[in-house]
Amino acid sequence: MGQTGWSPAWRQPEPKLEYDVIIIGGGGHGLATAYYLAKLHGITNVALLEKGWIGGGNSGRNTTIVRSNYFVEGNTAFYEHSLKLWESLSHDLNYNVMFSQRGHLNLFFTPGQRDAMMRRYNIMRLNGIDGEFLDREQVQKMVPHLNYSEQSRLPILGGFVQARAGTARHDAVNWGYARAASALGVDIIQNCEVTGFIKKAGRIIGVETSQGEIRAEKIGMAVAGSTSVLAAQAGLGPLPIESHKLQAFVSEPIKPFLDTVVVYGAGHGHFYISQSDKGGMVFGGDLDGYNSYAQRGNLPIYTDVASCAMNVMPALGRIKLLRQWAGIMDMSMDGSPFITKTNLSGLYLNAGWCYGGFKAIPGSGWCFAHTIAHDQPHEINSLLTLDRYAQGRQIDESGHGPFPKSH
Amino acid sequence: MLRLNCPFCGLRDHHEFAYLEDASAQMPSFEDTSEKAWFEAVFLRKNPRGVHVEHWHHIHGCRMILRVERDTQTHVISKVEAAHPSFRKKLSDIDAETKITRKARPKK
Repeated sequence: MGQTGWSPAWRQPEPKLEYDVIIIGGGGHGLATAYYLAKLHGITNVALLEKGWIGGGNSGRNTTIVRSNYFVEGNTAFYEHSLKLWESLSHDLNYNVMFSQRGHLNLFFTPGQRDAMMRRYNIMRLNGIDGEFLDREQVQKMVPHLNYSEQSRLPILGGFVQARAGTARHDAVNWGYARAASALGVDIIQNCEVTGFIKKAGRIIGVETSQGEIRAEKIGMAVAGSTSVLAAQAGLGPLPIESHKLQAFVSEPIKPFLDTVVVYGAGHGHFYISQSDKGGMVFGGDLDGYNSYAQRGNLPIYTDVASCAMNVMPALGRIKLLRQWAGIMDMSMDGSPFITKTNLSGLYLNAGWCYGGFKAIPGSGWCFAHTIAHDQPHEINSLLTLDRYAQGRQIDESGHGPFPKSH
Repeated sequence: MLRLNCPFCGLRDHHEFAYLEDASAQMPSFEDTSEKAWFEAVFLRKNPRGVHVEHWHHIHGCRMILRVERDTQTHVISKVEAAHPSFRKKLSDIDAETKITRKARPKK
């Protein structure tokens, strides 16, 4: 048997000495950027450099939720654009990314939460983003097996649904973008770590890598989690980012149990869950809460997430955990990302994705490719800049202020 | 499980502590009205992969704020001490006194 009769989905070329554009980081964001540069801007002489294997970082370590229920200017248009790209992504890439618009149910438990969610809902509707507001009975009809006890500490009052939201197959997204980008001429170079930057007259003109020097006029960095480390090598200085770890969990596979995404945030409880196509319950909660570059989680969050699960879904009590992992998040100072030019000529930055990078992959690649190709942002990502803090216009969706661990 | 050796309470589990912030970020004095200084203190972080100096609050213990040196890659904790210099001084004074008393005590 063995793996015979297959041809690789993307080419495995040796790096050339020079390209038009280099993208650092072979996660979803980098792959999508390379794809849209070739597809929409005709820039096909592109190298994508990945330290390990493509899709081996956060793109392969998330809970695969896709949504656009944002309400702050700067986020609204961006995430809605991304969701629209998701809706046609399988056709566009000719690769089934298994995008399933199974809906996203955000529960609320208190009148205060209800009012805040109603405000979000109204703003979304004004921005042309879909949403539905459900009372307790409607939530019960939609997901009958939540905890509807009147005796629970915080009984469910209702929910807020985005029907077009859902989940996708994370590996398929990476592989689909990689195959499509490679077919358009992009060189995907794996096991190629960037170890330094080559500068000339204040401009970045290339990178030093574990496979030798590679030069390019334009270099885009999409290495969320390690942004600060690489930015320091480039001489970009301290950034408004801290690296934190976020854990996720998958249970043993079970029969169909949940056909939507269920989410809640109440005080210090934070929980999101869906069921994968293999049957595993995929769920997660808060950050571990302290700066870390270690891709492994810590025990207190196990307890927190398990108790959050039992609070809304007591039927999960006897399910066994199959695996658990942690990824490193670029937590920005306002919880929103950066797709921007930098003050170093020739260097472009895609970073700060906090919890929310997976859903943003198509939109992020699309906007980053535009920013690199035209040397200026598209209107959709024009607010996602590094200088927004100095200008006093944070994009703070949760209202937590400049405390990265709180977003 | 992280374990912090609180100088006031001894070795305790992570559960008892709350992470506060990067201790290397120093706010300017209130007399300093430079926008740049405040912007850098409030918004910019070195975010090292390696030894990180940070404040933890022993919220379910002595409620003291501690200054911790921890490696963000390995999670090895190399130093835990009181955050406030006056407490560090007091603790070292007590330590010194205790040692003197111990030495002064005649051996049986």
